Amino acid sequence: MGEEVAAYDGAYKVTKGLLAEFGPKRVIDSPITELGFAGLGVGAAMAGLRPIIEFMTFNFSILATDQIINSAAKMLYMSGGQFNIPIVFRGPGGSAFQVSSQHSQAIESWYAYFPGIKVVMPSTPADAKGLLKSAIRDDDPVIFIEQERMYGNKGEVPDDPDFTIPLGVADVKREGKDVTIVARSLMVPIALKAADKLQEQGVSCEVIDPRTIRPLDIDTIINSVKKTNRVVLAEESHPICGVNAEISTQIMERAFDFLDAPIKRVSAADVPMPYAKNLENLAIPDVDRVVAAVKEVAYLD
Amino acid sequence: MASKVIMPKLSPTMEEGQIARWLKKEGDKVSMGEPLAEIDTDKATMEMQALANGVLRKIIINEGESAPLGQLIAVIGEADEDISGMLSEAAPKPSAPTPTPTPAPTPTSTPVAVESEPQPSAPAETNGHAQPAVAAGGRMIVSPLAARMAAEAGIDLRSLQGSGPNGRIIKRDIEAALSQPKTGVAVGKAEAAKFQPSAVATASAYRDEPATEMRRTIARRLVTSIGPVPHFFLTTEIEMDRAAEMRKGINALDPDLKISVNDIIIKVVANALVQHPGVNASFQDKFIRHYEHADVGVAVAIEDGLITPVIRAADQKSLSQIATEVRELAERARNRKLKPEEYTGATFSISNLGMFGIDEFTAVINPPEGGILAVGAMTAKPVVRDNEIVIRQMMRVTMSCDHRVIDGATGAKFLQTVKKILENPLYLVV
Repeated sequence: MGEEVAAYDGAYKVTKGLLAEFGPKRVIDSPITELGFAGLGVGAAMAGLRPIIEFMTFNFSILATDQIINSAAKMLYMSGGQFNIPIVFRGPGGSAFQVSSQHSQAIESWYAYFPGIKVVMPSTPADAKGLLKSAIRDDDPVIFIEQERMYGNKGEVPDDPDFTIPLGVADVKREGKDVTIVARSLMVPIALKAADKLQEQGVSCEVIDPRTIRPLDIDTIINSVKKTNRVVLAEESHPICGVNAEISTQIMERAFDFLDAPIKRVSAADVPMPYAKNLENLAIPDVDRVVAAVKEVAYLD
Repeated sequence: MASKVIMPKLSPTMEEGQIARWLKKEGDKVSMGEPLAEIDTDKATMEMQALANGVLRKIIINEGESAPLGQLIAVIGEADEDISGMLSEAAPKPSAPTPTPTPAPTPTSTPVAVESEPQPSAPAETNGHAQPAVAAGGRMIVSPLAARMAAEAGIDLRSLQGSGPNGRIIKRDIEAALSQPKTGVAVGKAEAAKFQPSAVATASAYRDEPATEMRRTIARRLVTSIGPVPHFFLTTEIEMDRAAEMRKGINALDPDLKISVNDIIIKVVANALVQHPGVNASFQDKFIRHYEHADVGVAVAIEDGLITPVIRAADQKSLSQIATEVRELAERARNRKLKPEEYTGATFSISNLGMFGIDEFTAVINPPEGGILAVGAMTAKPVVRDNEIVIRQMMRVTMSCDHRVIDGATGAKFLQTVKKILENPLYLVV
């Protein structure tokens, strides 16, 4: 259920063909009322269905936060275990192309803050399939944030209709020994390009994609840090109270004695997203900024 | 940009250095690699080279003055560059690891203005690399990883210079220190039986065996009793007539050989050391290091001090080789021209005060060696042989042993071998 998901095949064509295949009782166009249809979804989940609610973008989910946080995330606890909420809230998040301040926000840290809810962010087509299937089959509410700029990305996807990737398991996208780069969503291809560039200069980077923000697979990150002794955390969201602030703290708590340099974050500029193209480019982390951060923690000039 | 000239580490044991002579004056042009000053270390006078191009703008430590490792001693920069920020950092650090520099005995003006200037409060803005680790307000800056690596390897962080921002000591600095002489890491069990080459060129290869728990307990308990190296002493008297005869005989073959009794003692001790590997060893906290060859240190008295040049693999050398080498090294030792690798890394030492008429004495071990032999004078004495009183050339030797690695019986057996060979030097050719 969501805005334009049925008759229009989805604003980004993510739900293309679903109405024709499953019919109007299972694929439903909603009015422009995020709080309302999110609440319908929570009620349907309580009644035994497995609803998927699409937000046209996660910027609009801000209107629905009362249902997501106060209803979906709390219901299992507040009902004494009587009602679990097997719902998925999905849609694109993060920056797009020149859609300005109100439509370019990476707000995963908001949802990851709350116990009772899971937060998933895929970075490849295959991960998107495997993680979405796991999210739908999960018995708890899951926030599933796709990246608007990545909708055009292509990649191999397993044909197996039962292909799933467990939630809470990070993926080492590239192995390396000198510096660990933790990146998610849009930052994963950027980190991989940075790693290619650095490899030419003799610096070997390990790129880790946590894929799930909550629960966070911190063990995979810690094991990598123990090997490389240096960390760069890349993200598309603002630095303050971002997910990487949390990852940084956990690394300090669990691998302090293995650090050879302060942890370095690469984040979006701490400003509302500018509309102007040149300023927008400056606000979002790019390959060069990741390369510079890696060189800094590796003590290379 | 101006660069700092800091007191460099010129020998493995150096903690501070004294400027013997500046080879450049303030205002002189200098280029990288050019000799800048002569520095007296604890053992020798060494030349220090410039590591930057420019003009020697300021001499902070004058001739005759001392400075601990890593301290700013001069500044090289452009002729018109403002170096006041760098000079204000030269104020004495309260927690310098070594005693404060000795007062200047020279009449040249000391930079009083510099020393009285207040410390900059925030050193965090400086971005220069390769600064001393104590640069920031006297506090050492070490990455957590580097601190842990240093603790595990037993490296004194104060002896290192950090290559990170603000002089932070980082992993690569520890790795560099680990590849330096005498700080080898324990090898795995599988490799324990093999000798591995030392980091010091020409020094004896060694193999490390893990120290047993009992050995470590002995070490821990004995240290609490006497100092960090628990010495004990073994004395014996050796009849030297045959050794003296042999010396005469050899020297008669070729007057140029000039072999001394001490040369014979070096050779005999070296042979005994390889027969008693338990003595040719050193205690390294978590393991015992056994050496393949006997690198024998020979204490040489020099003006206002003492130095111990090393005869490498003395067990493999002939008496004439040993004699030539000892003479040559002692000569250079007296001129303070020995290189660090020529006076470090012995596996055992000999100190001979016989020429001063000393009958018997005890010598202090030069760590991490396992022992030292103190040799007294050879004197004619009445002794009993076959129930008759006869006159023999007798010499008393006292061996100081590091009890953490050598036990009484181990040392005694070694000394027995020394005595046996010296009393019957034909063993040298058997």
